[in-house]
Amino acid sequence: MTVGLVFDLLLAGTLLWSAWRTLAAPTPERAVILFIVFGLLMALAWARLSAPDIALAEAAIGAGLTGALLLDALGTLRRRAGGGP
Amino acid sequence: MSTGMLFALVGALLFTMGAAGVALPGAPLRRIVAFNVMGSGALLVLVGLAQRGGGVDPVPQAMVLTGIVVAVAATALALALARRLGAPGARAASGDDD
Amino acid sequence: MRRGAVGVAALLFAGVLIGALLGLPAPGAGLPPLVTAQMGNSGVTHPVTAVLLNFRGYDTLLEVAVLLVALLGLLAVQRSERAVAPGAAVEPVLQTLARRAAPLMVVVGVYLLWAGASRPGGAFQAAAVLAAGAVLAHLARLLPAWSAPRAWLRTGITGGFLVFLAVAVALLGGGALLQYPPAHAGLLILLIEAGLTVSLALLLAGLFLFLSEEGTRR
Repeated sequence: MTVGLVFDLLLAGTLLWSAWRTLAAPTPERAVILFIVFGLLMALAWARLSAPDIALAEAAIGAGLTGALLLDALGTLRRRAGGGP
Repeated sequence: MSTGMLFALVGALLFTMGAAGVALPGAPLRRIVAFNVMGSGALLVLVGLAQRGGGVDPVPQAMVLTGIVVAVAATALALALARRLGAPGARAASGDDD
Repeated sequence: MRRGAVGVAALLFAGVLIGALLGLPAPGAGLPPLVTAQMGNSGVTHPVTAVLLNFRGYDTLLEVAVLLVALLGLLAVQRSERAVAPGAAVEPVLQTLARRAAPLMVVVGVYLLWAGASRPGGAFQAAAVLAAGAVLAHLARLLPAWSAPRAWLRTGITGGFLVFLAVAVALLGGGALLQYPPAHAGLLILLIEAGLTVSLALLLAGLFLFLSEEGTRR
């Protein structure tokens, strides 16, 4: 077993684990945070697939912008739950 | 097993998990997150399968690059719709209590 | 009940899908040799950029159109009068950091745009970094949320797409859609990418700034 394969297997396991935790998270807050972690792990997976272009885009868009959008939506939710804007 | 095939299999599992998350009852926000996991899985299958023989295939890589940008636009639109529903993350039912 | 049914269906689906993936025959040569053979005519030296803006340029053209439609849809469903949160006081540290980081992000964006011709990078990554800079500036209260798209914003958002479309139309005389003459391909791709960077950055930032209810609008 080469070091590369060991790393790939570890990364694959972590990806699946983080996706599972994201989907099974008890609160939306935790789901969003775990999704950002998942996005960063995806960027690593793209790098392992020799796709640095996608890795760059995934880190900036998949984890960064999508995470910001989801967190902003969470803020709106919290304000509404708190009664009034 | 090549790196490509390994991540194609991971992508298949991610797609399935995401699809189950979309199908299960839940707040719109969580379904949107699940939809994004599903999309990531599909993109992994696309690139992983093309590179399962080793080597680099720029064609699916370019397609996936545009796919990521479309995914964030779809997410933003879905979040705008969810806000319009009134309860973007209501923990109770599917949030159509506006 | 529903959880169980979905779980069983997902397990079955995953099993069939993995079986199908493992049962695929060994891959043939595929498209990479074709891409390599045509690289000399593409005007750039990075294969992903060549595919994105030359060989499959029409995909990218239509993708930008999809993004425009998504932003239009977002503007259509968004409430015209948003509840603007008073917003907590911003950490001065964050504001200073954002002030320092924003020019750096612009430099990185321009570098990524330029690098796209020969190494990983390009309009999409550059636009993502620029949009992230705008979001950061907004979160640090340096940039107000956007309400209705004003004229300059409309021009900026559609400009890149229109440049792309104009190039496509101008080249239609050559016979095929977006078939650049090899001698000018590099310049045309750089022109299109520069336009796309501006448009995509505004578009991606708009997805956040049109939705955001944080902070005050100045």
